[in-house]
Amino acid sequence: MKNTKKILAVILVMAMAMAMSSFALAEDAITIAVIGPFTGAAAIYGNSCRYGAQIAAEEINAQGGLQVKLIEGDDVHDPEKSINAYNNALDNGAQMVDGCTTTTPCIAVGAQANEDRVFMLTPSASSEDVVNGKDNVFQVCFTDPAQGAASAEYISGHGLPTKVAIIYNNADAYSTGIYQTFKEKAGEVGIEVVSETTFTDETTDFSVQVTAAKDAGAELVFLPIYYTPASMILQTAKGMEYAPVWFGVDGMDGILTIEGFDTSLAEGVMLLTPFSADAQDEQTVNFVTKYKELTGEIPNQFAADSYDAIYALYTASVNAGIDGSTSPEDACELLIGQFTSPDFKIEGVTGTMTWDASGMVTKTPTAVVIENGVYVGFNG
Amino acid sequence: MVSFLRFLINGISLGSVYAVIALGYTMVYGIAKMLNFAHGDVIMVGAYISYCAMQYMGLPPIVSVLAAMVVCTALGVIIEGLAYRPLRQAASLSVLITAIGVSYFLQNVALLIWGSNPKNFNSVFSVGAIRLFGGELVITSETMLTIAANIVIMIALTLFTGRTKMGKAMRAVSEDKGAAELMGINVNRTISMTFAIGSALAAIAGVLLCSAYPTLQPTTGSMPGIKAFTAAVFGGIGSIPGAMIGGLLLGVIEILGKAYISTELGDALVFAMLIIVLLFKPAGLMGKPMREKV
Repeated sequence: MKNTKKILAVILVMAMAMAMSSFALAEDAITIAVIGPFTGAAAIYGNSCRYGAQIAAEEINAQGGLQVKLIEGDDVHDPEKSINAYNNALDNGAQMVDGCTTTTPCIAVGAQANEDRVFMLTPSASSEDVVNGKDNVFQVCFTDPAQGAASAEYISGHGLPTKVAIIYNNADAYSTGIYQTFKEKAGEVGIEVVSETTFTDETTDFSVQVTAAKDAGAELVFLPIYYTPASMILQTAKGMEYAPVWFGVDGMDGILTIEGFDTSLAEGVMLLTPFSADAQDEQTVNFVTKYKELTGEIPNQFAADSYDAIYALYTASVNAGIDGSTSPEDACELLIGQFTSPDFKIEGVTGTMTWDASGMVTKTPTAVVIENGVYVGFNG
Repeated sequence: MVSFLRFLINGISLGSVYAVIALGYTMVYGIAKMLNFAHGDVIMVGAYISYCAMQYMGLPPIVSVLAAMVVCTALGVIIEGLAYRPLRQAASLSVLITAIGVSYFLQNVALLIWGSNPKNFNSVFSVGAIRLFGGELVITSETMLTIAANIVIMIALTLFTGRTKMGKAMRAVSEDKGAAELMGINVNRTISMTFAIGSALAAIAGVLLCSAYPTLQPTTGSMPGIKAFTAAVFGGIGSIPGAMIGGLLLGVIEILGKAYISTELGDALVFAMLIIVLLFKPAGLMGKPMREKV
């Protein structure tokens, strides 16, 4: 028995030695942890990020030169599991993090990474709390409040109706955050808010909110909310034969995927998103084709954000001379230097991005409009 | 004025849905003297069955409603037989907690079977809408049918409990279980029957609810269930016309409160009304005042 154990141990040691030597032979690679919920209720977002990252890594590795190795960690949208996934990835040699996908885990891991001095770039955790007070955490997506201001600017800048009603969820930080910044910006850019109504997660009847918008004569209704209540609002408005311009934010992304949803209700709905899968530029077409090959689905914004995140991390690493032997602490300082440098700019599928020391991204959102059940770019 | 009418009609429509759900609560309470908190979740199951029958099997709406009624009736009888019957002699608190357990059980089973992503329930009615005041006031077919269904169900139930043998047995059990048993009434079968009728009503309520408010997910039944329970207490729990009036009033108060006071306070107003009614009329609007036996 003792002998078998010894033999096993020897075999294992040999196997490890061989594995290590084969790494040494391969081209130099940086190691990026991809953390997100790959199972559970939020799995749709985590998996989108994972596949987006995989496609970016494959493309980079096919070019030769510095390679990218991904370590994927499932956090089930749970802060504790996310910290475990993060620690596990660091133990396995991760030098930087593409994650976390969702806000709550991202805040937890961000605090830990700030202490450990590990660089984090989240593709999709959109709360300001993710980056506030942490010099090493950056975002690819807009912060929630930024969406409100950007929406107001877009509406006034593109000749859309300026008599606006707002219906938002006052039990939800995401929705109220966007509402507040929209409201502040609306005054500056000449948007007249004629009706403001609220609902909560338990609301089933939206007739009052829609009636208020209709009676106030609103020509555009701004919906800084998720797609489920939005689908009910559209249905209610149809019953009242009220047809304003509907303008949503990224939470509206997904409305066409509700099972059984009559997509004709969403006809003409506009939403502000930095990514539109039917854009015709070469970069987007390439990404969408590869994503469809890999998963059979059309990529959403999360996938695109994560794809850009890997490119951003890679480009910054190349610029800063980070390679497989750089420690996570050194890599962190070098990457912060890159991301905050005024010359650092990433042209990704979600637009042209720059960052400042706050960790928040600057990019131009585009609006898409739903026509015949698909998103098409809006030219206003 | 037109918008007031519109709110009133919306309120009656919402109230009718509450009323149909409340009828289920009130029947079970009146006869079995227990609060079936799983009632809201039976509604959700009914809506899912109807959804699946239409969406996946391509059955016509009427057949899907019947299918939902059959499944829910069976479900109601099974729940009663497995979960509540063994507790017939137990303290009412045990039964109440069991009912909450059944409610969570149904929600989680629905989560396993149908997943957490919401589904969009396509209305089972496709008759046109009525337009009044030059199109200012649109009454949808869902609204009209919900109100009509509510009236039909109430009349049918009143006739059933008043005229039929089974109905009389139900009233007897409700008055005094022990005496009814001595008179040769099968109490267990009567209570099963009550659950069967209550659950069939729940199936109809589910279809009505989701036709008017189309998002369907495993928690769809819980909030309307609680509101309908409030309506049943409001009208006097155990009383069939009480449930009807309570449901309608609650719907109208909710909508008018949201429209004229504040959208943020809509639900708070509903529950505040409940507290006020219970302070002044503890048995509800149409409930029989009960004397405690000493």
